[in-house]
Amino acid sequence: MDFKLSEEHEALRQTVREFARDVVAPVIGDYYERREFPYDIVRQMGQMGLFGLPFPEEYGGMGGDYFALCVALEELARVDSSVAITLEAGVSLGAMPIYRFGSEEQKKTYLPELCRGEKLAAFGLTEPGSGSDAGAITTTARLEGDEWVINGSKAFITNSGTDITTAVTVTAVTGVKPDGRKEISAILAPSGTPGFSVAKEYSKVGWLASDTRELSFDNVRVPASNLVGERGRGYAQFLQILDEGRIAIAALAAGLAQGCVDESVKYARERHAFGQPIGNYQAIQFKIADMETRAHTARLAYYDAAARMLAGEPFKRQAAIAKLHASEIAVTNAREATQVHGGYGFMNEFPVARFWRDSKILEIGEGTSEVQRMLIARDLGL
Amino acid sequence: MKIVVLVKQVPDSGEERTLRADDKTVDRDAATKRMNELDEHAIEEALKLAEANGGEVTLLTMGPGDATDTIRKALSMGPDKAVHVSDDALHGSCAIATSKVLAAALGKLEWDLVLCGAESTDGGVQALPHMLAERLGVGAVTGARKVTVEGATVTVERQTDEGYEVLQTEGPAIVSVWDTINEPRYPSFKLIMAAKKKPVESFALADLGVSADEVGLANATSQVLEFAPKPPRQAGVKITDEGEGGAKLVEYLASEKFV
Ligand SMILES: Cc1cc2nc3c(=O)[nH]c(=O)nc-3n(C[C@H](O)[C@H](O)[C@H](O)COP(=O)(O)OP(=O)(O)OC[C@H]3O[C@@H](n4cnc5c(N)ncnc54)[C@H](O)[C@@H]3O)c2cc1C
Repeated sequence: MDFKLSEEHEALRQTVREFARDVVAPVIGDYYERREFPYDIVRQMGQMGLFGLPFPEEYGGMGGDYFALCVALEELARVDSSVAITLEAGVSLGAMPIYRFGSEEQKKTYLPELCRGEKLAAFGLTEPGSGSDAGAITTTARLEGDEWVINGSKAFITNSGTDITTAVTVTAVTGVKPDGRKEISAILAPSGTPGFSVAKEYSKVGWLASDTRELSFDNVRVPASNLVGERGRGYAQFLQILDEGRIAIAALAAGLAQGCVDESVKYARERHAFGQPIGNYQAIQFKIADMETRAHTARLAYYDAAARMLAGEPFKRQAAIAKLHASEIAVTNAREATQVHGGYGFMNEFPVARFWRDSKILEIGEGTSEVQRMLIARDLGL
Repeated sequence: MKIVVLVKQVPDSGEERTLRADDKTVDRDAATKRMNELDEHAIEEALKLAEANGGEVTLLTMGPGDATDTIRKALSMGPDKAVHVSDDALHGSCAIATSKVLAAALGKLEWDLVLCGAESTDGGVQALPHMLAERLGVGAVTGARKVTVEGATVTVERQTDEGYEVLQTEGPAIVSVWDTINEPRYPSFKLIMAAKKKPVESFALADLGVSADEVGLANATSQVLEFAPKPPRQAGVKITDEGEGGAKLVEYLASEKFV
């Protein structure tokens, strides 16, 4: 009964920590300010094999597990969330559906370059008119001969418009089930297919160095073989993808929460007020002690969910708990870290200002806090 | 092409470091240990040369038992295997004794090229490559910012204060490198996992034919007699500009021999 990391996971944590400190931290503030996607950082993350962490070597992966991905996300997010979400979405939303449900040919075609981080794939579920209610999508795909013809639009799709985006897996209504409900399937839409257009980057509050786009599909024709998994299983498939993804988002949120502690401890030692370092005041000490407590429990929550998942046990509730708790405490920690920094905490050049702007989305993306509570309550039989 | 890279575990130079009160050697227990920074560059260069020319990279470390942490970390960058020379008698060895031990270990290995960092952040002697070359009867080129190998010919751009010199030697040779030579890679998870299974051969002094009375603190050629912490930094000189500030600045810079 312990959560001691294996030697390999610990070595990975150390490596990613050094990378985040030496490569990401010095430059990410400028990317953020310029709202620019950090291609050079992503290329180096690719060389380190981060995008291939949970995939087997036969598809170009690192032969690690999902927990390895989570550890890497946590360490990246301690320094920056744009970079972390680019990895999270690239792996658990982009490559994972292809790995879990794709045909052998799709895996051979896409996974090696995705694992190397040379290309990114995205996952398009949310639409302008439906997010939490993912069954209410209106994008359609109809089979014409040996081609799918896709029409509709998708909103807020991470990694869908970079120079290295290769494809987006979109969910679309492909018919009506015998019981009258929508039949939803997942289809790979390669970037650049005629009729598939990518709008310009949103003006976001946070995650400014990550790529988020609205997509539109106007009679986009792709081969029938681009169906990912089974026809009509699209809804069930993405629920599974999102269950796992919640653990990854929880790891990212735990990282942001820990980054708030790191920065606050440093600042509380340096900043003087009324003749003393502010860290000498109990009001600041207690704030930071509470922040550390929250970050620690968030980490334990995602460790637990990941351990269950890797052991092949049910983990839906624990993943929802981890995501709910970690994202909410990330927002609290970011607010408190900004407070510890005073006016400087409101200045973009301080990492905690970035943490504050980046934290809120964690309570929204990949299932809102309300949705997590619904899942937990449902799992309790309510 | 067979390359041996010398790797040393040192106390992290980013932290407060001190000497032991009892025998005035580096206090290794008090410090966070890490691989000597420049050795990472030597490993990177060895891997690049091996990738370009085919070949094998072996790490050679002399250090206490816990240096295995550094060896594993170094192996996770990609080298094939490692040799760890460890013996209680080695504690406190001077550079000359260290070179004797490492030369003996190199004598047991096959190699065309030995790479190492230009200095270690704890000792900072910078003389080890020369000592090794002398003992082994091979050429040494130190302070490289670029290394190319063609056949047996090793060409090195040697970094100097003014620029660089191009030097050539026939292998086998020993080359030490500065951090300008490359950007060391971050180990991938695959290599991290593989590192655990890579062979690490251990040598004690007896295996190398070196006797305990040639090494260690008691036989060191130099000794630390006394040590004191660096005095705290003095307050800087403040020049207030009252018309002749520029001239005063130049005067100050000249007095400190900056200009
Ligand atoms: C930066 C960013 C990146 C994103 N990346 C992706 C991506 O890569 N792929 C993708 O598919 N999507 C992505 N999303 C979309 C994200 O997953 C959705 O925004 C999220 O799921 C919420 O959906 P919504 O915005 O439609 O909100 P809504 O579903 O409209 O929710 C509005 C509010 O109502 C609440 N609510 C909804 N239903 C209920 C209910 N039954 N009971 C109680 N409360 C309820 C919600 O919790 C929320 O508070 C991204 C979003 C952002 C902002």
